[in-house]
Amino acid sequence: MSVVHIPFLQTGTLAVGGRLLSEDERSLQSQADRPSSLTKGHRACQGCAEALAARWVMDTAVEASGGRLIVANATGCLEVFSTLYPESAWKPPWIHSLFANAAAVATGIASALHAQGRDDVRVLAQGGDGGTVDIGLAAVSGMFERNDDVLYVCYDNQGYMNTGVQRSSATPAAARTATTPAVGRSPGQAFGQGKSMVKIAMAHEIPYVASATPADLRDLEAKVRTAMAMHGARYLHVLVPCPVGWGSESSQSIALARAAVQSGIFPVIEARAGELTEVQRIRERADVEEYLRPQARFAHLFKPGGDDALARWRALAEANIRRYDLLGERS
Amino acid sequence: MNDHDAPPTVGLSTGPATSLAYHTGTWRTERPVYVELAPPCSLGCPSGEDIRGWLGSTQEGEAGFETAWRRLVAANPFPAVMGRICYHPCQEACNRAEVDEEVGINAVERFLGDTALEKGWALPAPAASSGRRVLVVGSGPAGLSAAYHLRQLGHEVTVREAAAEPGGMMRYGIPAYRLPREVLAAEIRRIEATGVAIECSTPVLSLDEAQARFDAVVLTMGAGVAHHVDIPAGAASHIVDAIDVLRDVASGHAPLVGRRVAVYGGGNTAMDAARTARRLGASDAVVVYRRTREQMPAHPTELDDAVGEGVRVQWLSTIAAVEGPHVTIEKMSLDEEGRPHGTGEFEELDADTVMLAVGQDADLSLLAEVPDVTVASGVIAVDPVTLMTGREGVFAAGDVSPGSRTATYAIGRGARAARAVDAWLAARVLPAEPVSREASADRLNTWYYSDAPKQHRAELAAARRVTGFEEVLTGLDAEHAVFEARRCMSCGSCFECDNCFGMCPDDAIRKLGPGMRYEVDYDYCKGCGICAAECPCGAIDMIPEVR
Amino acid sequence: MREVLEGSQAVARTVARCRPGVVCAYPISPQTHIVEALSAMARTGELADCEYVNVESEFSAMSVSIGASAAGSRAYTATASQGLLYMAEAVFNAAGMGLPIVMTVANRAIGAPINIWNDHSDAMALRDSGWLQLYAADNQEAADLHVIAFAAAEELEIPAMVCMDGFVLTHATDVLELPTAAQIDAFLPRFAPRQALDIDHPTTIGTMAGPESFTETKYLQHRRFLDAAGVLAAWSERFHEAFGREAGGLVSRYTPDTLDRARDAAPADDGDVTVIAMGSVLGTLQAALPALRAEGVPVRLVGIGSYRPFPAEALRAALGGSRHVVVIDRALELGSGGVLTGDVGRALAGTRSRVHSVVAGLGGRPILEESLRAVVRRAHAGQLGPLELLDLKEGGVPVPHEGATEVHR
Repeated sequence: MSVVHIPFLQTGTLAVGGRLLSEDERSLQSQADRPSSLTKGHRACQGCAEALAARWVMDTAVEASGGRLIVANATGCLEVFSTLYPESAWKPPWIHSLFANAAAVATGIASALHAQGRDDVRVLAQGGDGGTVDIGLAAVSGMFERNDDVLYVCYDNQGYMNTGVQRSSATPAAARTATTPAVGRSPGQAFGQGKSMVKIAMAHEIPYVASATPADLRDLEAKVRTAMAMHGARYLHVLVPCPVGWGSESSQSIALARAAVQSGIFPVIEARAGELTEVQRIRERADVEEYLRPQARFAHLFKPGGDDALARWRALAEANIRRYDLLGERS
Repeated sequence: MNDHDAPPTVGLSTGPATSLAYHTGTWRTERPVYVELAPPCSLGCPSGEDIRGWLGSTQEGEAGFETAWRRLVAANPFPAVMGRICYHPCQEACNRAEVDEEVGINAVERFLGDTALEKGWALPAPAASSGRRVLVVGSGPAGLSAAYHLRQLGHEVTVREAAAEPGGMMRYGIPAYRLPREVLAAEIRRIEATGVAIECSTPVLSLDEAQARFDAVVLTMGAGVAHHVDIPAGAASHIVDAIDVLRDVASGHAPLVGRRVAVYGGGNTAMDAARTARRLGASDAVVVYRRTREQMPAHPTELDDAVGEGVRVQWLSTIAAVEGPHVTIEKMSLDEEGRPHGTGEFEELDADTVMLAVGQDADLSLLAEVPDVTVASGVIAVDPVTLMTGREGVFAAGDVSPGSRTATYAIGRGARAARAVDAWLAARVLPAEPVSREASADRLNTWYYSDAPKQHRAELAAARRVTGFEEVLTGLDAEHAVFEARRCMSCGSCFECDNCFGMCPDDAIRKLGPGMRYEVDYDYCKGCGICAAECPCGAIDMIPEVR
Repeated sequence: MREVLEGSQAVARTVARCRPGVVCAYPISPQTHIVEALSAMARTGELADCEYVNVESEFSAMSVSIGASAAGSRAYTATASQGLLYMAEAVFNAAGMGLPIVMTVANRAIGAPINIWNDHSDAMALRDSGWLQLYAADNQEAADLHVIAFAAAEELEIPAMVCMDGFVLTHATDVLELPTAAQIDAFLPRFAPRQALDIDHPTTIGTMAGPESFTETKYLQHRRFLDAAGVLAAWSERFHEAFGREAGGLVSRYTPDTLDRARDAAPADDGDVTVIAMGSVLGTLQAALPALRAEGVPVRLVGIGSYRPFPAEALRAALGGSRHVVVIDRALELGSGGVLTGDVGRALAGTRSRVHSVVAGLGGRPILEESLRAVVRRAHAGQLGPLELLDLKEGGVPVPHEGATEVHR
């Protein structure tokens, strides 16, 4: 299932909805009676894109499963801000066990449901980059390798934000965090680009791997629907800007996600059984600075001596554009 | 309500959606508020049309056309006319130009105007009779607009026109290839159908007499008198006023102009005259203009169309003398302030006819014996708010009064005069026109407007145009009109795209249903500002929270 | 039907007859034979309507069990030693969420130095994890305990470890009589958790507690643990009624003369030296101690069946006024003494009993009958100190050959 492209109706595919749309063209999030599976009263920071993406994902999965969805959540921002006892912001049945084990808990739920003959009930696991790429990687990998019937969603804000913005293995090049300060000879995150969980997931050759951002709701909804229409291990990686961790304005979370995609920094792709099948092309090419400048964690890139890091970013964007043909030059 | 002191459950499990007990709205330092700002198109429209409004109705397709037209004629009773002849300053102001190209507002206006004529839609029924009588002197755009709006307000309106047909410059100044006569006639008839009495070939000769029979008078005699310049000319020279040529053509008395025609002037009338000359058989039509293209008062599209039809322009040139078919041209140069000066360098041009199009003057003959109606700079002086002249109960609008000499401005001023007369008759103070906050381009998030090119009106081949007076520009069909209307970005006014509703991370916006828009749930809104940042049309302000 | 079976086989078959919905497996000695047997049964269909999940670590084994249990299925896994520690975080978590998972711990030493042999250090390290810890004296009890463990855990909503000595029991073959599937079906109620991940009754499980509710949460957990002793005793009683054999009591009593297990054996007397032990060493003691009685040493034996909850009251009742209490302990609390001894000491605080800790059988060291008799004799003679490591070799561990360590420098 791919994105339903909306004909030009003042706005098009990129807006949430529109009064001129027909019923079947409406995104789920445009519906007044959407599930709002992650409901109001949660304590996410202002402008938290994770809270937004989680509602989008969960609502779509709830709808796709006909309301038969159980969720396992890793420790992290998403868990902490949504379930401070005695309150819960979740509507579906939901469990949080530990930081590293959301994938395994989900496997347990899926196994139990299968044993009970309840294959109609679907299972979704979710966590942040720490719970997925770092501490939880073994469990995620195990779940992938067994092809357990779980959709795993990683909300990647590129660091341990809940504990005060420390580096994770998804922290990108040169980013300043509380444990990679912007001082010394290689300020910020010294090496690498952060682990690519998308590539790691693809290497498992599971039925479905996709990346998405909150800058494209319809793409995200379509990917969740695609994933929910399949069985086995499925992985969705969502980039979620974090105003607190990234040092950006709370109002700019969507704009930053958009800049990440339009600059080539974050490729939005789909892969089936390890093969790349879809790439979202860049619509209006943005310079990497459009993405980097509004973020205080990259402020040192724009000071004397920041040129090398900036060059690394440009190279990353160029490499992605080349690797994924983001400008559609090869097709 | 906060239940944190309650004894815990086993394993600290809790019910779904219990977070509703926690009101995150207390975190807010800024709050989003929905605003309704004035779009640049409407601010730029001298007729005062709610362009965004009627484009909005048009966007709905077939079902919205009549509503759109009704929203349009609330300001301007001549959409079919203005859809053809307006220089559409709205489009110059349109924010869409920053995305791709401005919205073809004028084309949609014409589509709605033509659709209304085709469907026979009637103008709204006037309000209950006020029992007051108003005379409008002149039936040009200002006069008919004033008459229409006065009639809508319930007054009994009589329009007196000196010419044989109503319409003023719309009829006698604009060539039929730009404005087919049956279109104009139909829109005028529709105004008459609301109860406006138009008496043609009936010049008003005495203001005192008029005032004796009417409660108020609106002067809209226009500026149909050709301005004259002194050019040394021999007896055999054929020099005519361009406005007269246009008027004669409009009256069905096409003059003979010869094979070569020189038009002196740089305004729209000059363009119309040159193009008309081509249609009257001139193989060579030259516009002689003393300044440069950048300084030319004619609308650029008029110039382009004229050149497209084979009209030549001789820039930085004046006509120094005319002797029979020989025209002497002096080359000009500009000084530092852009003023042209003669260079003393001359050249010859052959012309069977020289048309003068160097401006038009107001027709002030009625006021010769009326000293209390002051005339300044060749036009009737009026109160800038009430448009009342020096004489109580006598108002003036259109080209006879100060301001831009365009039909759209005249229609706007006519409407304004109508409101002023209405207020004066009721002894009310007419409020000044409100100053609106503009929905400027920097408020928009244009990412969400898909790339959509303007649907150009198909132009007839230039070669075909010069052969007659058939209409040059064809209209949009319904599909394209709707498409074009949908290119409107609804600057500064919510059009229910659902972005705020869908993109609120805190689920704190309520969708109220079709046409009802949204409301912020301030119990939960944390004031992040994503709704305002991602609102395509800039209809959300973030304002400081005061507690 | 009596049959000759390895301990691990006996446990695996009994677990299968308890009809778990999800079984997780990750290999670690000496527990592997159990999950191997279950995998075969899952493939042959003997273990029906059950998902057998090969996980990538013990941490995931417990995590999968958590998910399965929370989703309303009976969940089972088995581990030992390092594996138990590797899953430690999830072990605590399962208990905190009240998920009645049953896990076999094939008790084994904890490294370093790495050692695959039996002692109780692994389970003892997780004594405060909030799980029931039931210890099997022999393979018959090891098998039977699993039935009781599921029953009690599910009634209490507290997970349960069934601890059996690695190799000593898991790999030992005995003549056993396993409960049949029909018997277990009649005995063990269907798993019907009061709270589960249920689409018809959505619940949020695993919230975060602030300072305002954490203490109360722990207190509730504590209260349920206090109830656990009674529930365990009741299930043990029911088991005895249903199957006609002893299994799972809080403490086990033994007759003074023959040292046969007997629930109605009299408590010890003031002058008795009472030996307290847990697990398979009870069998060794049953064999070793009668000779002492013949010598005139008034020795009694009490077994601990439930280490968690610790049965302080039942223990005091069994000990009577016994002045000399010798605890045979298979885990060492460094700098202090035997781990079980600490619990016994706390239970006997305020009594006149003197508690001696004898740490024995660490890392698989054989516990010799004569060595046991020797410490009891010394206790009776008033010559036993507060702590003794049984059969400790004077001079410490052997030194490597000369030069052997140089290689590694």
